[in-house]
Amino acid sequence: MLTAEPDAIALPAQPRALLGHMRNIVRRHPTMLVGGALLVAMVLMAILAPYLFTYDPRVLNPIHRLRPPEAGHWFGTDMFGRDVYSRTIYGARISLVVGFSVSILATSFGMVIGLMSGYNRVLDAIIMRIMDGLMSIPAILLAIALMALMSASVKNVIIAITIPEIPRVVRLVRALVLSLREQPFVEAASAMGAGFLRTMFRHIMPNTLAPLIVQGTYIMASAVIIEAYLSFLGAGTPPDVPSWGNIMAEGRTYVQIGFWIILFPGICLALTVLGINLLGDGLRDTLDPRIARRM
Amino acid sequence: MQTYIIRRILATIPVMLIVALFVFTLLRIAPGDPAAVIAGDYAQPQDIERIRHQLGLDQPIATQLVIWLGRIAHGDLGVSIFSNLPVSKLIRQRMEPTLALSLTTMIFAVVLAVPMGVLAAWKAGTWIDRLVMVFAVLGFSFPVFWLGFLLIYGFSVQLAWLPVQGYKSISDGLIPFLRHITLPTLTLGLVYMALIARITRASVLEVLSEDYIRTAHSKGLNPRNVLWGHALKNAAVPVVTIIGVGVALLIGGVVVTESVFAIPGLGRLTVDAILHRDYPVIQGIILIFSAAYVLVNLVVDLLYTVLDPRIRY
Repeated sequence: MLTAEPDAIALPAQPRALLGHMRNIVRRHPTMLVGGALLVAMVLMAILAPYLFTYDPRVLNPIHRLRPPEAGHWFGTDMFGRDVYSRTIYGARISLVVGFSVSILATSFGMVIGLMSGYNRVLDAIIMRIMDGLMSIPAILLAIALMALMSASVKNVIIAITIPEIPRVVRLVRALVLSLREQPFVEAASAMGAGFLRTMFRHIMPNTLAPLIVQGTYIMASAVIIEAYLSFLGAGTPPDVPSWGNIMAEGRTYVQIGFWIILFPGICLALTVLGINLLGDGLRDTLDPRIARRM
Repeated sequence: MQTYIIRRILATIPVMLIVALFVFTLLRIAPGDPAAVIAGDYAQPQDIERIRHQLGLDQPIATQLVIWLGRIAHGDLGVSIFSNLPVSKLIRQRMEPTLALSLTTMIFAVVLAVPMGVLAAWKAGTWIDRLVMVFAVLGFSFPVFWLGFLLIYGFSVQLAWLPVQGYKSISDGLIPFLRHITLPTLTLGLVYMALIARITRASVLEVLSEDYIRTAHSKGLNPRNVLWGHALKNAAVPVVTIIGVGVALLIGGVVVTESVFAIPGLGRLTVDAILHRDYPVIQGIILIFSAAYVLVNLVVDLLYTVLDPRIRY
């Protein structure tokens, strides 16, 4: 493990060395490869949805309703005769868009707030009290409450899931800034006459990125699950948009006679979240060997 | 020591104030006039005016906040728009099933997950360790309600061993209570177990690499004694922390699980409140759950000093 450390901070050298470096990472963290492959597969599935032998996910076919999985309908049909396979494939789009958006928004906002908090004592006192308060409201409840204020749309679901995730990012960034500020290289930068903004964005911020990327993957995993919860509880994406949470929410009353309606979207969701989590674990081990040894 | 305890207890006050402030803002920015919403569709303007006065909505916003905080301090959480009952009464009625489910889940998860994590760390690198880690990663990946339906389908529909849905209070007898609570507990417990097992393993693994463990080994102590006598107590702090932090996960899970198993608890109250846009009830539930979460973590913080005498404040 010790020999790996110079590797992890090596500058990108010749392409060949980089390739060897990548191969090394993959060999050492096969789970990351599996996780990444799962996520890529899901993204491809979402993009290529119209070409994957799907029907229109919204087309009703009452004669063929509640059919178990068969040749024409691989995942069966739901209570309105809609093809569960097509709905599941198209559903990937919503879940992944929500996952990616929340992850990017929460880490961006969290980073900005965290940097401010880590550098100014007065701001820090105010921001951290607010964050403590927000963090003591369980994430799903906060998201539910926010959705109760807004109309059901994918955009609003993204906002409602992002807000509860921000405090955790702020805490992480703040802690990093506080410890980085004391590092000799930051002192050296200041001594050489670097101004506040330069120190902040050229020296401190880049060093927060690796842990932030790891945090970002975990946020994405939790966003995909919370979207499903919100839709399931009736506070999520509107019913006309098929999302995994939605499809399962609609199928819940048919568990005893149409189990497949819930089964397949759930498997897809679990595989996606599993992929993201494995990727996150792998990234954490690669980007931060110090934490890796502890986990 | 005493000053620390008092300081820690006092520190919860600003946190709860922020939560209360947020919840207060929630009703203010809710679409529509709260008085009009409470008065209903067929209200006359003077009815709305009367309710506005009753609620103190004609006062300046700061005064409203103070009055509202005063009411909360007296346990008055307002009146439900939908059922016209006091929110505190609604919450009291629904409290028992939620508490019961949370407690059974916590006991179930801790009793199984802690030994799992310890075993995985003790046998690090073996197939037992791998199995526990696979379980810990998988446990995080399933949506709680999906697992619930899977269990219902397997154990209730196909095997018909356990009731599909519903809840029986412990006062209806222990056996009916257990029969109804088993599947919800399993459903809700899995995520929590995964979390605790993972942290336990990491924590024990870290302690096992400490110098004093090597010393204990080298002075010829039986490996079993090293684990029980030296390692476990020192690994306890992170585990207790995560049990506390995980309560947030548990609360979110309770809401969903109750919905799956038709348990008439706070979770169901939440879902009904969302469907009816019953803001006072949503407010009350958030306050109660957040208070519970803050309280649990207060207890956890105070436990540190007992578990690890090295921690002094």
